[in-house]
Amino acid sequence: MSQTQATIPLFPPILARALRVVPLPPLSLSLTAYSRKIAKNHPGLFRRLGEFDHTPFVLDPTDLPFVICLDPNGGVPRVTVVRGKGEGAARISGPLAALIGLVHGAYDGDALFFSRDLVVEGDTGAALALRNAVDDAELDLAQEIASITGPLARPLHHIIEFTQRRTGVCLTRPDEAEAW
Amino acid sequence: MVMEIVCPAGTPASLRAAVKAGAHTIYCGFNDETNARNFPGLNFDRTEMREGIAFAHSHVSKVLIAINTFPRAGDEGVWHRAVADAESCGADAVILADPGLLDYAACNHPHLRRHLSVQAAAANADIINYYAKVFDVKRVVLPRVLSVPEISAINAETEVETEVFVFGGLCVMAEGRCSLSSYATGLSPNMNGVCSPASHVEYHEDNGALDARLGGYTIHRVGQNEPAPYPTLCKGCFGAKDTTGHLFEDPVSLNAEQLIPQLQKAGVTALKIEGRQRSRSYVAQVVRNFRAAVDALEAGQPMPEGMLARLSEGQAMTTGAYKKTWR
Amino acid sequence: MDLTVGPNQFFWSADRWTEFYDDLAALPVDRVVLGELVCSKRLPFFQDRIPDAISTLIDAGKEVALTSLALVTLKRERNQTAALAEMGVEIEINDLTGLPHLPDGANFSVGPLVNVYNEGTLAWLASKGATRICLPPELPLASVETLAKAGADHGVAIEVWGHGRLPLAISGRCYHARLHKRTKDNCQFACEDDPDGLDVRTMEDQPFLTMNGVQTLSDTYASAAHQIDALTQAGVSSLRLSPQSKGFTQLCDQYRQLLDGKISGADVADAICSIDKNIRLSDGFLTGDRGVDWSGKQPPAYQGS
Repeated sequence: MSQTQATIPLFPPILARALRVVPLPPLSLSLTAYSRKIAKNHPGLFRRLGEFDHTPFVLDPTDLPFVICLDPNGGVPRVTVVRGKGEGAARISGPLAALIGLVHGAYDGDALFFSRDLVVEGDTGAALALRNAVDDAELDLAQEIASITGPLARPLHHIIEFTQRRTGVCLTRPDEAEAW
Repeated sequence: MVMEIVCPAGTPASLRAAVKAGAHTIYCGFNDETNARNFPGLNFDRTEMREGIAFAHSHVSKVLIAINTFPRAGDEGVWHRAVADAESCGADAVILADPGLLDYAACNHPHLRRHLSVQAAAANADIINYYAKVFDVKRVVLPRVLSVPEISAINAETEVETEVFVFGGLCVMAEGRCSLSSYATGLSPNMNGVCSPASHVEYHEDNGALDARLGGYTIHRVGQNEPAPYPTLCKGCFGAKDTTGHLFEDPVSLNAEQLIPQLQKAGVTALKIEGRQRSRSYVAQVVRNFRAAVDALEAGQPMPEGMLARLSEGQAMTTGAYKKTWR
Repeated sequence: MDLTVGPNQFFWSADRWTEFYDDLAALPVDRVVLGELVCSKRLPFFQDRIPDAISTLIDAGKEVALTSLALVTLKRERNQTAALAEMGVEIEINDLTGLPHLPDGANFSVGPLVNVYNEGTLAWLASKGATRICLPPELPLASVETLAKAGADHGVAIEVWGHGRLPLAISGRCYHARLHKRTKDNCQFACEDDPDGLDVRTMEDQPFLTMNGVQTLSDTYASAAHQIDALTQAGVSSLRLSPQSKGFTQLCDQYRQLLDGKISGADVADAICSIDKNIRLSDGFLTGDRGVDWSGKQPPAYQGS
């Protein structure tokens, strides 16, 4: 068993079960708005995807009862949350905390992959491009959310607050000097 | 003098992370086939390079630009422009492998410092001195086929600075002399800047067992919870005669942390970390460790204990060719 | 187009080695490169046979050159490389380490293990005295065409890998020794058991690579049988045949007849495969998507594997 695996918190199963009945269309809309906000603040992220900027990705938090389908759509991203496997050219699966830690630069993608905390299927090149582009963007998901206003802001704030409080997943980018 | 830590940056964010973590020198490449880590989503456009170099210089770090693939016949202009742009972006040196490109750089950009890439596989003092004489090469990155005593012997016979790999991925083949990847996938380190490219990798998970294929060849099969190495050809699992296993190299990565004092005694100038494809957090972590190690050495303190195992492939480490028994 | 026989890549006994070059004297080839390419430890076993082989071949009207080692690291290897220049025949350098040891102004040829990928490198080598370059097998036809033109401009004859298992990689580590759980220094010459290298198979038992001491080759035998017109048109002046333990006489005859327009590429391919059922062909580096691809028909045994 790898060392990294032991340190990655899992989403509490009881809460995950509760999420099975959460209606998904509002979540999809919120995440689409959220991703567009990120695209606007970090145009380099989608530029860095290069030839994969229209490749459909499936992000599969294995401890949640749904998957997130991300279509970069040339920098005007669309996000759909679906139950089941979802469809895409490349799939990245792992605990929610690993996926988010990857985004925040708290984990190294290769290390997570070698330890099999992350599993990549389909177009490995596309998954790699997404990983590299996200790593360069130095995203702070909580900060991005804090800057969202309008009708969708409220449900998103709720989700983030709830997740952070109940799961121990750090949704704010750690100070890089202390990330390890 | 403190040994120089030369550290990889695949993205501007990694470059900044490396500088902040204490790297003396960063190496990186343009976002095209001119560099040997031409991976999707990696590397620097011209503006990013200029800004990255300015950032590094403002923190008294240096930047080397790797232009270390072999220019394609008929398209040498792409590589020539990369050399010219490296100079105008303010690079402290370029890292080159191709004799034709070295000749071009020496004739047309004489004031741009030239390092010899590991891709040139210059493995003895005769050829290193020849590169110095003909192309005025100031530093050579030694191929990962040499033992510490051999490195020491080379340094005794040359004025050219030597740089050696101390951490990260490990080529078992002489670098720049390998076309295993293009044989199986059509894409090679020398021509395309990629080895065992992700675009040709397929994983299949079946009841927890994971098969890894490269170009349709199954070269790994691991059980549930076993580490899953990337299917790099030379580290694949193969069969020959009655033996099945990692016939060329185990899925290990290089860690010569504990050999730093010996490498210093051997006359090595700079310690190189592999991994332009790794994340900024990886880069920062590795740099911090190695910076602490060389600072300790300089202060006469013992080497700090290694903390880097979990960052490596399959969580296994080797000192590679530095110890002669590796051969 | 003429035929060059490249240096034997494998480890054969001294008697087998001598017999091979004696036979070669009678074959329709124009040029022979001999000597040790792969491992400096093998050379002492046949070193004293080299002068006789050279004179036999010269007497038979062949041009002869001596190869350098492909990877030079040890003092012994540097000395061996320096000593080549004193043998009195042309040197084929297969590691640039050969260059500083050549006498000033001496002409030399360049083997397929030197990275000549572009016109700049070709021109630079020509300025140092190169008169013949066998291109790296990895190059696609488009590069061959460009380099053949550049060769013509610089008075450099261009040769292309025509037949034989492809030299894909060279290492400091000996894989034969590793397989036998020995160190390289105590290898006990395990590679001698495999006169055409040792088959390396994938996890699905598919033939893939060939182990030859510190060298790794392809499983397939590359063959330019279907590329002769394109290579001729490009201005390539010679085709390199790499020695193999079986059927080499027949092979040389076949390629000679092919170059003379007497038989077809398909005839040659069939003849090669009839030598041994364990021979599979490739020409993908020249015209395919990847090196292992073959533009012709594989023998039935290969299909579906």
